[in-house]
Amino acid sequence: MSNYLGNYSLYIALIASVYLIIKSYLDANSQNKYLDKNFILITSIQTIMITVSFFSLVAAFVISDFSNETVFNNSHTLKPLFYKVSGTWGNHEGSLLLWLLVLSIFLFIFLLNSRSQDTKYKLLTILFQQIIISGFLVFILLTSNPFKTLYPIPSEGLGLNPILQDPALAIHPPILYLGYVGTSIIFSASLAAMISGNIGDNWARHIKKWVLISWVFLTIGILLGSIWAYYELGWGGFWFWDPVENVSLMPWFCLTALLHTVIVLQKRNSFKEWTIILSITTFSLSMSGTFLVRSGILNSIHTFANDPSRGVFILSFLFFLILMSILIFFFNQNKISNVAKENFILSKETAILVNNWFMMFFLSVVLVGTIYPIFLEVLNGSKISVGPPFYHNLLIPFLIPFLIFMSFGPSLKWIKDKLKKFNYKILIIFLVSLLISYVILTKTENSFLLSIPLIVLSIYLLLVTIKDFFVSRSSISQKISHFGFSLLITSILLNGLFSNEFNSNMKVGDERIFNEKVVKLKEVNVTDVDNYKSLKASFEVTNKNSSFTLYPEVRIYQQPLTITSEADIRTTLFSDNFLVFNILKDDGYYNVRYQYKPFMIWIWISTIFIGFGGLLSVIKKNEQKY
Amino acid sequence: MSKNIKFLGLLLTLIIIFIILLKGLNVSKDYSNEKLKSQIDFSLDAKKLFSDEIINISDLFDKNSHSVVNIWASWCAPCREEHQFLMKLKDMNINIIGINYKDSPKNAKKFLHSLGNPYSEVITDNDGTKSIEFGAIGVPETFIISGKTNEIIKKYIGPLTSENLIEIKNLLKKNA
Repeated sequence: MSNYLGNYSLYIALIASVYLIIKSYLDANSQNKYLDKNFILITSIQTIMITVSFFSLVAAFVISDFSNETVFNNSHTLKPLFYKVSGTWGNHEGSLLLWLLVLSIFLFIFLLNSRSQDTKYKLLTILFQQIIISGFLVFILLTSNPFKTLYPIPSEGLGLNPILQDPALAIHPPILYLGYVGTSIIFSASLAAMISGNIGDNWARHIKKWVLISWVFLTIGILLGSIWAYYELGWGGFWFWDPVENVSLMPWFCLTALLHTVIVLQKRNSFKEWTIILSITTFSLSMSGTFLVRSGILNSIHTFANDPSRGVFILSFLFFLILMSILIFFFNQNKISNVAKENFILSKETAILVNNWFMMFFLSVVLVGTIYPIFLEVLNGSKISVGPPFYHNLLIPFLIPFLIFMSFGPSLKWIKDKLKKFNYKILIIFLVSLLISYVILTKTENSFLLSIPLIVLSIYLLLVTIKDFFVSRSSISQKISHFGFSLLITSILLNGLFSNEFNSNMKVGDERIFNEKVVKLKEVNVTDVDNYKSLKASFEVTNKNSSFTLYPEVRIYQQPLTITSEADIRTTLFSDNFLVFNILKDDGYYNVRYQYKPFMIWIWISTIFIGFGGLLSVIKKNEQKY
Repeated sequence: MSKNIKFLGLLLTLIIIFIILLKGLNVSKDYSNEKLKSQIDFSLDAKKLFSDEIINISDLFDKNSHSVVNIWASWCAPCREEHQFLMKLKDMNINIIGINYKDSPKNAKKFLHSLGNPYSEVITDNDGTKSIEFGAIGVPETFIISGKTNEIIKKYIGPLTSENLIEIKNLLKKNA
């Protein structure tokens, strides 16, 4: 029943999409002053249809309707309800349906929120957005229909990968999608603005909200993915430069650049073409992300089923959209009125431009690292591997100039600023940060020359961003985000510098001494829980004056047979104590990995700060002054 | 540069990227079911991890049966995860050759010391070139190589799973 409902609602949504494409195209060429009432009506019908379709899939998952192939492949009656629901988007078909749902909801909200905008601009935005929606609808219906039925009906499903049974991962895809899909509105709106020729400060003010919203969701989405990797994968790291992680980071760099550029457009009415190029690029990168992940062209722990026909479709659709936007860009370029303005080296505009260069550099490094192996394989069959060293070697040295620029760029004035700002206060802050860094660096045996300027500058930037809360006139949201960013860089550096670990085989009763702590394996309890067998160990960690116990777990799932290690992590404000163990053989020995990771929690907190700054800027009604 | 030239240049670039990616799609990623490089070049020389002795790769393989080649590194987290399965293979007296990829010998030895050494021999691959000879794209990767024909019978990208383990057992049993 729900299969038919879901399937046919998608067809109705497709019909609505086709109607809207034709209608908006025709209306955009006529000189109608007002938006036809039908647009809101048909768009809401479409949104409702896609919602119905999505929830019929959710329902099929909840009631474990195994006549549905997607449910059969990805669910199991023994799964807890929460993960049955989240299983809806834990697979290829369902995640695309979610993507589609967000696409249509965003367009609907956009229509409700842009009443005051020019009619032609709105029509064109609908047109481009519907082209994207119809593309996804056709893609889903042709190659990835989530409502394929099975007969005879199997009595039990094939289960969901237990590694995906995690709260952070359950909400990670939807949040990330909100970010990805938000860029589609920016894309459509930019093209529409390009054709209707109204790129300027007004349009910037209107689109900035969407840029901010997508950026906030993307930031939080990446954060959740990273948290999941840290807690669930149990590898003790938060970023692995996995292609799928990179794919979410690339639009983030681009969107961050756009976020800053759009402010220039709003305040100074310049950087018009650049804003459009960034909008197009951001969405193209989001779409490429979908292509790279869904086509199976990449090798990654995240890749899902490989079906070449899916890849060909997304690739063609992606290039159709890029080609369309390039055509529109080149043939409407003359509509952009560029008033020649004097530009000064020492100004906020220049600072934002420099920020953009850095973002583009970071983006290119990640792009090359992700795509180049594919290219090389096609071109001459050779295979290269790109791992963390590549990214670290290329990115970390460039953090130094980046941190320097970020320390003074945001406080520069628009148009033209004077040098006299660099006064004794700055000097004091710099000396303080030198002192702090000296204390920090003497405590570590790590003596890379590069880490000295990095630590000094990151602490300097941190102090400057704290100082800015009391002095600078920029908006509070900007201060929070910039503070968050400097905190993030500092935490990552300190974490990298001070992390250490020990690795040993232990049996019950064994003790190991590490960092002046005694780690003792007290016992291992075996129990049967819902859908897995659990081995829970208790480790007592004794310090000079305190002691605590960690309970890491090994889970043995039967459907399908998978062994996962659940790390136990004791988090304090200063450090994480991370303990994970593995079964070696059946001789009573366990492999134990104990990691000491300082300032781990600050990596998450600082990212939340970054996102919160953006959120504040969305909510804030009154225009800020600076 | 005139606008048209810019446009055409961009268009051409796009078309080239499109073709490359399209081709990339057809390069099967399912290496495990395909003979990637039918034969391995056994004339390579390599340094042993534990004795610093230089040997010819062909000496490591048993001419009459299949061998397992595992590419790993101490810094590679998934390698830790699959390590338990390699230990199980070792218990079945299977010849496992380890290629230690871009690693420091000290860390590599520490890794094997604490987790156990499943390999009958480990060779070092400081610059990653030997792994490339095997057609590896990252760590960990596991190959099953026929000693008779020098062919890659099967290839696993990423950490081995318990299902892979069963598959490997069956493969080796068949050819024993």
